[in-house]
Amino acid sequence: MSTRQDRRVKFASSAVQVGFLVGLMALWYLGTAYWGVSHLLLPDPVKVWHELEDVLSTGEYLPDLQVTLTELAIAFAISCTSGVTLGYLISRSPYMIKVFEPLLAGIYSVPIILFLPLYVLFFSLGPGSKIAIGTTISFFPIVLNTIAGFGYVDRIFIIAARSMGASDLQMFRYVLLPAALPVILTGLRIGFIIALLSILGSETIASLAGLGHKIVHLAEAMETARMFAYIAFVVAIAATLNTIASALERRAQRQ
Amino acid sequence: MTPGDVAVHIKDVSHEFGEPGDAFHVRALLNTNLDIQRGELLCLIGPSGCGKSTLLNMIGGLLMPIGGVVEVGGKVVRAPLPREIAFVFQENALFPWCSVIENVKLGMVFQGVAKAGQEERARKSLEAVGLKDFLNHYPAQLSGGMRQRAALARALSLQTDILLMDEPFGALDEQTRMILGEDLSVLLSSAAKTIVFVTHSLGEAVFLADRVAVFSARPGTIKEIIHVDEPHPRKPNFVTTEKFSQLRNTLYGLLHDEIRKAVEQSAIVGPQS
Repeated sequence: MSTRQDRRVKFASSAVQVGFLVGLMALWYLGTAYWGVSHLLLPDPVKVWHELEDVLSTGEYLPDLQVTLTELAIAFAISCTSGVTLGYLISRSPYMIKVFEPLLAGIYSVPIILFLPLYVLFFSLGPGSKIAIGTTISFFPIVLNTIAGFGYVDRIFIIAARSMGASDLQMFRYVLLPAALPVILTGLRIGFIIALLSILGSETIASLAGLGHKIVHLAEAMETARMFAYIAFVVAIAATLNTIASALERRAQRQ
Repeated sequence: MTPGDVAVHIKDVSHEFGEPGDAFHVRALLNTNLDIQRGELLCLIGPSGCGKSTLLNMIGGLLMPIGGVVEVGGKVVRAPLPREIAFVFQENALFPWCSVIENVKLGMVFQGVAKAGQEERARKSLEAVGLKDFLNHYPAQLSGGMRQRAALARALSLQTDILLMDEPFGALDEQTRMILGEDLSVLLSSAAKTIVFVTHSLGEAVFLADRVAVFSARPGTIKEIIHVDEPHPRKPNFVTTEKFSQLRNTLYGLLHDEIRKAVEQSAIVGPQS
């Protein structure tokens, strides 16, 4: 496909995406302004916008944002360190890959959010249980991608490096790591995003603070316009973090 | 041939893949004997699965024989010898995350060559293979022929006495192979290296080699050695001469029955690596 055609297809895709969002907003506005949808269930988008402006200008979101981001940072740091280390160790032996890869993939398919009540019991309603659930959920894509990255490096690269006299350390630094990095980075990005989603989700179920907790609190107080403003704020935060993670992944893969 | 002239000494070498009794047990090589002279270009040719690449890997120390010995420079080969032997593989084995010049330098990095030396040697060997304008390109941005040139440059930059080439042009089209063969003949005529070159192409073998070792079907052993008395660098019109045709026909005659045997074997055993 030529560059011009490529650009046209890209523009058309973006136009459809923007059109879809504009249509959705229009439906929302028409529903609340003209079609009699209850404002308690679906508040007027203009009012939601004013609430969002208020939330941002007063900075009342800061304590909850801090709690959520701290939980995310700790959970991701733990899952990242343990997932990459364990994944690398497993990948060193075909036997270990044969034993652990299907086992870990099997556990990953279990809905781990079901462990939240157990984690609340173990680590209380505070950040501990959110960190535990975020760590558990994000660990699996990271460890599985690390195994796939290191375990399936093209043999010809290893043979070529060995024939040129690469030591074990040189083999790791110049061959295994760069060959595995794209797959590992994809695992890290997926792990990061699902850690964020699971922490927000678990905050809405059982917590004392955090953005998810705030949204539930507003819903219980029937402050739906402010709740929608918070939902929009969280969506924007998640989208921003996802964009940053994807950009970092692309940048690292280019190097 | 005196012992001092021998770069590689192969004595009664045998190799098998799998365990006897296994469905996929294969006797790849059987009691193979060969002396490779210093400074010669020896082509190994034979049917698929006859053990040519296996023998090459054993010379390079990437594989150990189950019987017999391989000696390089009078020492038994027990591991890769990166300072004595460089490889060029069929699937060029360039690291896709490195640029062309980084790929060439990497072998020298592994061997602890000083940085200044790396740069100079890499540039020189890339210039020798005609890639001086593509130093910062990545392998994916090069054609198949250019990738093989880069792989050759990497091997040359290691300045080893022995070069092992495992079907380096096997994945290329006929025209590119022809040109690369001519360039290789010119390049190596001034390099004074011992080269072992595995190929399936009869024409390529006659055009490049000082001697051609013809392998039998599996279990492979050397059936005959053909001498090609033509000085290097070989001129492109060598391929149109009567001598070339005769040598090619001789090789064809020697190989024909072995290839038929190999085809029959693979029909019984199934595909082999």
